[in-house]
Amino acid sequence: MSSIKMRISAAGDVLDVKSLIEQVMETGRLKDKATGKLIPANYIQTLTVAVNDKVAVEANLSVAVSKNPYINVKVPGKKGDKVTIAYTTNEGKTDSETTTA
Amino acid sequence: MQSNRRVFLKGSMAASAVGLAIGAGLLTPRAVMAATWPEQAYNTKGFDESLKDLFGTTGPTESKDITIKAPDIAENGAVVPVTVESAVAGTDNIAILVKGNPTPLVCNFKFDGAQPFMSTRIRMGKTDNVIGVAHAGGKLYMAEKQVKVTIGGCGG
Repeated sequence: MSSIKMRISAAGDVLDVKSLIEQVMETGRLKDKATGKLIPANYIQTLTVAVNDKVAVEANLSVAVSKNPYINVKVPGKKGDKVTIAYTTNEGKTDSETTTA
Repeated sequence: MQSNRRVFLKGSMAASAVGLAIGAGLLTPRAVMAATWPEQAYNTKGFDESLKDLFGTTGPTESKDITIKAPDIAENGAVVPVTVESAVAGTDNIAILVKGNPTPLVCNFKFDGAQPFMSTRIRMGKTDNVIGVAHAGGKLYMAEKQVKVTIGGCGG
């Protein structure tokens, strides 16, 4: 199952894309209480929102974005268009999800 | 002399082989696969330095065309909802910054045909101003809003 959840509402020629991504957004500053060692950073660095495979928003995130990031953007498009959200973490992990508006 | 020439030739052949492999798509460096993350801008501790690294300029002017929405009081600094919208024509990038955080730059959104609007949830260490900066036509515009934080979002 994808870590990306998406809800799209179409209004005219604009798609309001709301998305919740399941990701720890670990800062690398916290200590594991059991072992006393720093928990390594693990967070989303780049994220793209594309409509029908054309990138409309290119975002850079950092550790200052909350755990399980919520992202809301308004992209051009209409009902029936394919919206794809994809991300890459600092560890090089990627995930993507496509939803039809 | 002769042997040096041999070594040089060998070296350049090896180098061109790697170049060909990249060109043919056999090796795909991470930088090529995804848009690169502006590491320097995100790791620097200064507000102006972050903007300079990200946009190549700094000194944003306060503008009424930038709308920033955030709560007056955030009980939990780990989850502060922030919305930034720009009415400046030609806005192609919006960034959120919090000066008091260990690294001020929180996130930035580059728009290519999308509306200059973004909403997300951020972490704040303490009571501070959340700053929204929009980049339009080589200039920076900003708006800020104070958020009182009761419990910081950086400790554990």
